[in-house]
Order: sequence, then C-alpha cells, then structure tokens
Amino acid sequence: MTDLLAARSQMAISLAFHILFAVAGIAMPLMMVLAEIRWIRTGDDALLALTRSWAKGTAILFAVGAVSGTVLSFELGLLWPEFMRWAGPIIGMPFSLEGFAFFTEAIFLGIYLYGWNRISTRAHIAAGAIVAASGAASAVFVVIANAWMNTPTGFRIAGGQAVDVDPIAAMLNPSALPQVIHMVLAAYAAVGFAVAGIHAYLFLRDPTNVFHRHALSIALTLGGLAAVLQPLSGDFLARAVAVNQPIKLAAFEGHFQTQRGAPLRIGGLPDVENRHTPYAIEIPYALSLLAFQDPTASVAGLNDFDSDLWPPVAVVHVAFQVMVAAGVAMMAVAAWAAYVRWRRSTITSSRALLKTLVLASPLGLIAIESGWVVTEVGRQPWIIQGVMKTADAVTPMPGLIVPLIVFTMIYVFLAVIVSLLLLRQFRATPRFTGVRAA
Amino acid sequence: MPSLEVLIGGSIVVALNLYMLMGGADYGGGVWDLLASGTRARQQRDLIAHAIGPVWEANHVWLILAITVLFTAFPLAFSTITTFLHVPLLLMLIGIVFRGSAFAFRSYDLPNDRAHARWSSVFSISSLLTPILLGITLGTIASGRLMPAPGNFRAAFIDPWLAPFPLAVGFFALALFAFLAAVYLTLEAEEPELKGDFRRRALWSGGLVGLMALVVFLLAGNGAPELRRRMSESIWTQPLQVTTAVAAAVAYFALWTHRFRLARLAVIAQSTLILWGWAIAQFPNLIMPDVSIYDTAAPTATLTLLSAALAGGVLILLPSFAYLLRIFKAGH
Repeated sequence: MTDLLAARSQMAISLAFHILFAVAGIAMPLMMVLAEIRWIRTGDDALLALTRSWAKGTAILFAVGAVSGTVLSFELGLLWPEFMRWAGPIIGMPFSLEGFAFFTEAIFLGIYLYGWNRISTRAHIAAGAIVAASGAASAVFVVIANAWMNTPTGFRIAGGQAVDVDPIAAMLNPSALPQVIHMVLAAYAAVGFAVAGIHAYLFLRDPTNVFHRHALSIALTLGGLAAVLQPLSGDFLARAVAVNQPIKLAAFEGHFQTQRGAPLRIGGLPDVENRHTPYAIEIPYALSLLAFQDPTASVAGLNDFDSDLWPPVAVVHVAFQVMVAAGVAMMAVAAWAAYVRWRRSTITSSRALLKTLVLASPLGLIAIESGWVVTEVGRQPWIIQGVMKTADAVTPMPGLIVPLIVFTMIYVFLAVIVSLLLLRQFRATPRFTGVRAA
Repeated sequence: MPSLEVLIGGSIVVALNLYMLMGGADYGGGVWDLLASGTRARQQRDLIAHAIGPVWEANHVWLILAITVLFTAFPLAFSTITTFLHVPLLLMLIGIVFRGSAFAFRSYDLPNDRAHARWSSVFSISSLLTPILLGITLGTIASGRLMPAPGNFRAAFIDPWLAPFPLAVGFFALALFAFLAAVYLTLEAEEPELKGDFRRRALWSGGLVGLMALVVFLLAGNGAPELRRRMSESIWTQPLQVTTAVAAAVAYFALWTHRFRLARLAVIAQSTLILWGWAIAQFPNLIMPDVSIYDTAAPTATLTLLSAALAGGVLILLPSFAYLLRIFKAGH
C-alpha cells in the first residue's frame, strides 16, 4: 500500500466513523428536547424516562463524536499538510466558527445533562434547544468547508499561490447551500429512522409499554419529515454538481458518451475498460431532464475528459445507487407511515409497518456513508477541485500504514463498545404500562 | 494598536492558557484518579468524577479552538508542526480519544463495578500520558530543532522530539496539570479529610512542579539554547520570573496554611505566568528559531475576518461559560 493510499484510507475511515456520531449529535438533542417538551405538556412519566434515556444516549454518542472530531481536526494537518498550508487562510474560517458552535454545544450539553435539579425546567429545555441548534450549526460550517473543496471560490491563483483571498466568498461557494441542506436533512432522517426502528423492534416485543410508543412517534415524525424532503434537496444538489462538476455527475451516472436526451441509469456496473455501463435500467431523457430541466439537454460524458481526471467510476456509481435507493425506500416508508397515521390514528396499529421500520432502521446511516463516498471519491483525483491534486497534498511522513492500522483498530474497538453500551441501555428500558400519570 | 498577527497569535496563547487551566486540570484529575489511595480512595475518585463531569467536554474545546485559529491564521506553521511532529501528535490523539470515551463510558454505563474499574484505568492512564505528549510537542516547538533536513526519517521525524528537553517539558506539563487539579479539588471537597488528602497531594505535586521547572531550565542550555538566551537576556524576564516565583511561593504558603481560595488564585497566576513567559520569550516566533508570526500569516482579509469572528465568538462564549460555572461551581 502506498503512503497516499494509506493516508486516504485513514481519512476515509476517520470520516466514516465520525460522521455517525456527528449526525447523532445533530438529531438526538432535538429528539430529546421534543420528548421533554411533550413531558411538560402531558405530565406523562414515560416521556420523562424517554427524555432521560435519550439524553444518556446523546451523552455517549457526543463524547465519542467530540474526540473523533478532535482527531479529524489534527488529521487535516497530519495527513494533508500541503492542503492546509494552501487552503487554511481561505477556508479556515468555517472551521473556526465550527469551533465556537462546538463550544456552545459542549457547554450547554453539560448544563443539560448535569443540570436536571439545578435549573428551572424552562432553562433546562432552553439548554437542550441550544445544544440541538449548535449541533446543526456545526454541521453547517463543516459542510461549507467540504463544499468549497468541490467548488473552490474566494481566491485567485498567481504563481501557484492563492491571492486576493476572500473567506466570505469562499464560504458562499455554489455547493455550500445545496450540500448543507442535504447533509442536515440526512442527519435528521437517518437518526430518526435508526431510533424509530429500534423502538419499533422493542415495541413489537413489549407492546404494552407506552415508552416505545412515544419514542416511535417522535423519532418517526422527525425522520419521516426529513426523508420526504430529502429527495428535493438531492435534486437541488445534483443540479449544482451537473453545472460545476460535470465529470463527477458523469461518474454518478456511469455516463460515458456525451448525448442529448441522456437517460437516467438505475443500477448497472460501469465498465471503465470498455467505457459503458451494462446491466442498468435506463429511463430515457430522465438524466437530461433532472440535471438541466430539459429532456433534450446535452449531458457531457466521461469520454469528453482525460481519463486521468476521472474518479474511480464504478465506486462512485455504485455508492450513488445505494444512496438513492436507500433514500427512496425511506421516503416510501415515511409516506406509508403517514398514511397509516391518517387512516388509523396511530402507527403502532400496523404490525407490517412496524416490522418494515425495523428493517429500514439502518437505511439512513447506509445512505449517509454511501453519500460521503459519492462526494469524496467523486471529487478525486482532486483534493481541491481543479486546483490541487490529492497526491500533491499528502504528508512526506513515511510509514502511514502504521497509523492507519492503529486508528482502524481503535475505531473498530470503540464502535463495538458503543454498540454494546447502547444495547444495554435498551435492555434496561423502564416499563410504563399505565395510563397517564397525573 | 498591536498588529493583527500579534492579536491572533495572542489569542492562540489565551486559548492554550485556558486549555491549561481548565482542560489541563481535567487531565490532572485523571492522574489523581490513578493515584487514589488510602481508606478514602473511593471518595477521592467520586469527587474527581463529580468535579469534571459537567465541564470536561467544554474545557476540551479550547484545544480545538487553538488548532483551528492556528491553521486559519498561520497555515505554514500549522503544516510544519503537523508534518514533523506527526508521531507525538498521533500518540496524543490516541490519548485524547481514550480519555474522553472512557470517561463517558464510565459515567453513562449502567452501574457495574468491574466495567467501571476497567474504564477508570483507561481514563486515568490516558489522562497521564496525554499531557506528557502535549508538553513534548510544545517543548519541541520551543527547542528550535523542529525543521531538520528532510530525507532522513529519524533526523526529520523522531530525533527533534525524542530528546531530553522536550521530554522534560512533557513531565513538567504533567506535574503542573496535577498540581492545578489537586489545588482545585481542595475546594471541591466538602469533608475536611478529603480536603486534607488533596492538600497533601497539592503540596508534593507543587514541589514536583518546582523541581521540573529547574530541570527544564537546566536542559534548555543544550536543548533550547536560543529560548534560554532570550529568557536570560531581555529586560522583562527578571520581573516576570520573580513574579512567577512569588506566585508559586504564595500558592505554597496558602496550601500550608489551609487558605485554599488564595492557593487556587496563586496557582492560576503561577501557571499563567509560566505559559506567557514562554510565549513572550518565543515572540515573534511561532516555531523556534526562525518561523515567525509575520512570515507565516494568512492574508490580511483572513486575519481581519478571523479577528472579528474571535471577538464575536467570545461574546457568546463568555456568558455561556459563566453560566456553566455558576451552575456547577458556585459555592466552591
């Protein structure tokens, strides 16, 4: 394994690990505050227990997210010093702002978790709401920095160096808004579905426990709403990619031959050697229509570009298919749940829906992981699109296989421990069978 | 009006200062968890967990803030440090990961004494190692030996930090963090016996701080010659060093006579003066001997905006922190 590949693998593993905890840090606090607000409104003790239980989960996930995020802030320099030297002045701003958002989140999470008996209920809910808002703000800032790597703006190149640096213009790069919306919705959808699936499973085993009914209701409402909106934001983002990163869009679609009225390919496995994508279901004109709102628009194929500038096409295409499939499935489940809720007043009346929710539980997290493969691998060979190649940014430090192995082992270990801890929390769910307490 | 480079460089030192006083003390707490002993070992550990539980996540962010400001404002310095100090930084990160996750696992897992003990030892051992590595990193930056000829792996990536001076700074940092924690804990404790436990710990770790300061000073002759020359030659060093020594003496006297609030004030002053003494001696160099804040600074547009963001951030941060401390530390 080359040092470059080791560095890329370590970054990929660190991001793939961190993002699970980061999205939990965005969505869990919101759900926990919603549960607490409902508890205040109804006085139902099951909701208080649910709030406390979700708060505990948030605490564990946030702690691991905080330390894995710290690792990433260092890894930017440990693995990609040349990138940071070049891009730091242009795109360091959102990272610094993220630092403040993270600060606010950590302070108010401490207040929320340890302040139950020390501050008023109103102050407690406000603290939780600040945690939820600053968690979302953190995501906004970090994704803005990532969007800049896709569509770098806010500078001019003279003699290989960036001049006329404008950090605000860099933050307002054309990918920023669509990527931010897509990521924040993804966090709510994925965490909402994951939590709903777990409680659907527990409810099926323990149908008289209202604890799970409350949990399902909150998690599914949040996750379902986000899942229904997500395809719209995906479309918004794909159109930005079509305009700004035509090679990346062509890789999404396994689209080799430039053509007018290009079809949308569902499935299929790109064959880079022979430059085509067999086994795909092709929907005529759909790609032109989706990308450029015109069924006869010309969509550039990979053949138009030097193959040195192609990302690994098969990886990107397959990851894109997985992400879209998971997203569409979640949207369908959300629509079904809305229908059940509308027809029968409570979602727990449909066992088929509950079982489907259990199966759908990991879909959002799968979509997030594959979505990051899509955007990160899809940008290769560039670390800054059109400006700096990933290979030119890597550290001269040799032997990068060693930290790769060490961090992989640490992350696998932590993942196992966190899963076991959460499992034990679920096993210890309190039972609430009575009608409402006063 | 000082230049933007100085303002932002100064804000990095402020962030490190607060990280030392807050996050550093949390590491020190981990050290005392490891060294808990006697009939009250259990109470000592509970007190430490109680003291750092609500605040350690927030305290930790000072480090992240320092890093993000460093790479935004002084990118060349950041990339040089992360390139040539790859190994100790990586080891420090492993310590940070295990310290934080073990503490959270221990706090939020269901009560179970065996698992509790296991996480306790992971937490306390990583609390011990991380400050040493942090100190080694800072010591290497101060030593003037960071940018060696690339090509030779050992000379470039190992020798600069695996040397007596950086190692001594590492143990100095550990002793200082433990001292800070012990002094804070004399005020956190309610029972007189527990106060006494941490008073004794503060007294002997304070002695260790003095000893390590001497060792660092002696090793600087060979290990960080330029820093030592500046420290002994410029006009401000004598008064600064005298003030630091006075603060240390007051801290010791206050501990001896059970004036714990005064001791805390003095130890905060002492460690702050140590850090600023180092920073001022390095000025204007970010990395000794010749990487200065002026020649690694980002363009003015970035520095201006970053200064504004820092000012705005402080406006949000200070009241939030004050609120946190008022809720959990009032009465201590």
